Amino acid sequence: MPNKTFFWFFLPTGLAMILFIGLPIISTGIQSFYAQHDQVVKEVKKCDPFGCTVSIVVDQEKTSKIREEKPLGKFNGFGTYVDRNHLAIEEIRKFWNETNSFGEFVDQVTNLPFYKALIFTLTYCLFVTPNVLLLGFIIALSLNAVTRRIRGPLIFGTILPMIVTPLVGSLVLFWMIDAEGIIGANLQMLMDDPYLSLKSSKTLTWITIIIYGIWHHSPFAFVVFYAALQTVPQEPVEAAIIDGASRWQRVRHIVLPHIYPVVTFVALISLMDNFRVFEPIIGFSAEGSAQSLSWLIYDNLVNEEVILFGSAAATSMMTIVGIAILLAPVLIRTWKEFRTAR
Amino acid sequence: MKKILISLLFLLFGTSAYADCNIKSGSINILANDFPALRTFVETAKGCKGSADFKVTHSSEHNKIAVPALTANPSEFSARIAANSSIVPLMNQDLIRPLDDLVKKYGKGIQDSQLITIDGKIMAVAFMANTQHLYYREDVLKELGIAVPKTYEEVVAASEKIRASGKMQYPYAAAYKAGWNLAEEFVNMYIGHGGEFFKAGTAQPSINNAKGVATLNMLKKLAGLSNPDYLTHDSEAIKVEWESGNVALMTLWASRSGTLLDDDGDAKITAATKLTGPATVAGGNIPAATLWWDGFTLAKNRSDADAEATFRALAHAAANKKMVADAADQAVWLIEGFKPGPKSIGVIEAVKMKAKPYPMLPQMGLMHGALGSEIVEFLQGKESAEQALKDVEAAYMSKAKEQGFL
Repeated sequence: MPNKTFFWFFLPTGLAMILFIGLPIISTGIQSFYAQHDQVVKEVKKCDPFGCTVSIVVDQEKTSKIREEKPLGKFNGFGTYVDRNHLAIEEIRKFWNETNSFGEFVDQVTNLPFYKALIFTLTYCLFVTPNVLLLGFIIALSLNAVTRRIRGPLIFGTILPMIVTPLVGSLVLFWMIDAEGIIGANLQMLMDDPYLSLKSSKTLTWITIIIYGIWHHSPFAFVVFYAALQTVPQEPVEAAIIDGASRWQRVRHIVLPHIYPVVTFVALISLMDNFRVFEPIIGFSAEGSAQSLSWLIYDNLVNEEVILFGSAAATSMMTIVGIAILLAPVLIRTWKEFRTAR
Repeated sequence: MKKILISLLFLLFGTSAYADCNIKSGSINILANDFPALRTFVETAKGCKGSADFKVTHSSEHNKIAVPALTANPSEFSARIAANSSIVPLMNQDLIRPLDDLVKKYGKGIQDSQLITIDGKIMAVAFMANTQHLYYREDVLKELGIAVPKTYEEVVAASEKIRASGKMQYPYAAAYKAGWNLAEEFVNMYIGHGGEFFKAGTAQPSINNAKGVATLNMLKKLAGLSNPDYLTHDSEAIKVEWESGNVALMTLWASRSGTLLDDDGDAKITAATKLTGPATVAGGNIPAATLWWDGFTLAKNRSDADAEATFRALAHAAANKKMVADAADQAVWLIEGFKPGPKSIGVIEAVKMKAKPYPMLPQMGLMHGALGSEIVEFLQGKESAEQALKDVEAAYMSKAKEQGFL
């Protein structure tokens, strides 16, 4: 395609992307550098049905003046980024100096909300992504080998987890693993431990969410792999069969190299998706044991009654940076291949 | 004869307060939490909407919608049914209007005690009170010879006895869901211990002390007697636990007693469900509970005409003796003419015991938020009480700095 045609072809998409993705990201970035103005408070008398007290309120007259002058708030630079609820540079330095062993240091650091969330997010990515790829590929291969007649219904059944809304899917599982749900109660019987609860143990909650993640994301990998498998040329496969190659050897040396670009694509997309893990935490009411970066943003925006825009914006920006770092190796590799191909 | 005629006329026209509110224009849009008493209240207000537009959103997620929706100009809602805690962010952002003029003009029948005044200005009109108090299963306690607990120490002892009897594995329940609910339990228990959240007159936190530690230890003891999934249980979930007969002692909102004691569910459990006041803790006099009011506020960013129409409709409900008489079971109404029934014991006891109202401080929401996430690991046994309280203070400080309170 000539460059000019490509430009006109891409223009509408590009504009929409700038408008709906680019600009909001820039605006979020700007917000993350600002904090609220210093609150001017005053002592007043408050009366309610239970009596009167002297208490404090925000002085609206003075505050609104300051707000009008600088509606964005007080410039804070990277202040929000390095505070205790985010990168916590100061605290980490303190822990490093005060703790006696490395283990203690790690304990202290992982107790900070941002690192706690980062560790869960990364663990989730590291366990879910490869398993999704593997499971998706195995299902695609097996379904590809099934007779055509029953393939349709089987494919439909396989992609069901993806069709079910994530929240609904996680809620269904949530009730099943309840101490009185079908899975929870049976596990208690099996383990002979009436206090066993999948929801109260941190490790078990993590495992549940990861298994849910694999269950939910595999169909996507499967669909893409299945489509790619249809494009594998039959001649080399037949030639390999004549040469006496085993099934595994055929997959390893013909099928995999052929669909390799698709594998990269699926890996990229799932990494991105998984890094933003959010719904299962809400669905499983797992806030207590598992927090992800996306959940932190949500928490800043809704859980406080006071909305922490600066905090939420800073975490959003760091999530974007995090995704960029995670994807960098794959992107660099793709770029290199693209260069050599040219 | 004349007298009879007059009283007949009064019966016909006087009792129905519709005569008082023929609202000609304006549009009314209300945001409210979702529980039966509020539905009744809003329905009553709707009864006198006249020819005004009337819309209402009942949502348990009301807190998340309120500030953004009222910040818009014109605001999406003309009124918001708020409580002690949820009025604070509205005040902080200057999103609600003083009601003095409207109360003077249309507030006939509203009692002075219903008015929430801040700095001499009426900012809300309260219509019901709420608190968290104890519920118990009379049959279970009687069978095991346990007296109705008055303190949380007795609640623990009673629950242990019930567990030892083999009747119930997890005899106690309270809404310990990580986040807002859990923080609310901490606030109650800490106030019961006589604790203060901030250094006097400042926004500096002061919960990392002996009272804070005692509060956490008591919460942990109670959690140990609850269903192991307690960190995922909100008010609705423990209500279900109660109705399936798994629980004999419970701390729950007074406003939920209506649905707990209705005809749905096992009649035997319903019959044995009894209410009592909130418990005290650690030998304190005031209950480990907070008093709440629910009242209506009007959005600032909305036309005066809408505000007037909305006020008239809501004021009609907030001074409605008929509603109070018909729905006496649904809430502890602060409205004139309310005769407390058996379902209001909890709140009335709490008021008698001089329970404190939930602190209406501008920075309290941030403290509440920090508590909800930082004390979880202590309950899970992953860190010490001191460490948890230190974390709460640190998390609060960062947020308070960002919000300009420190």
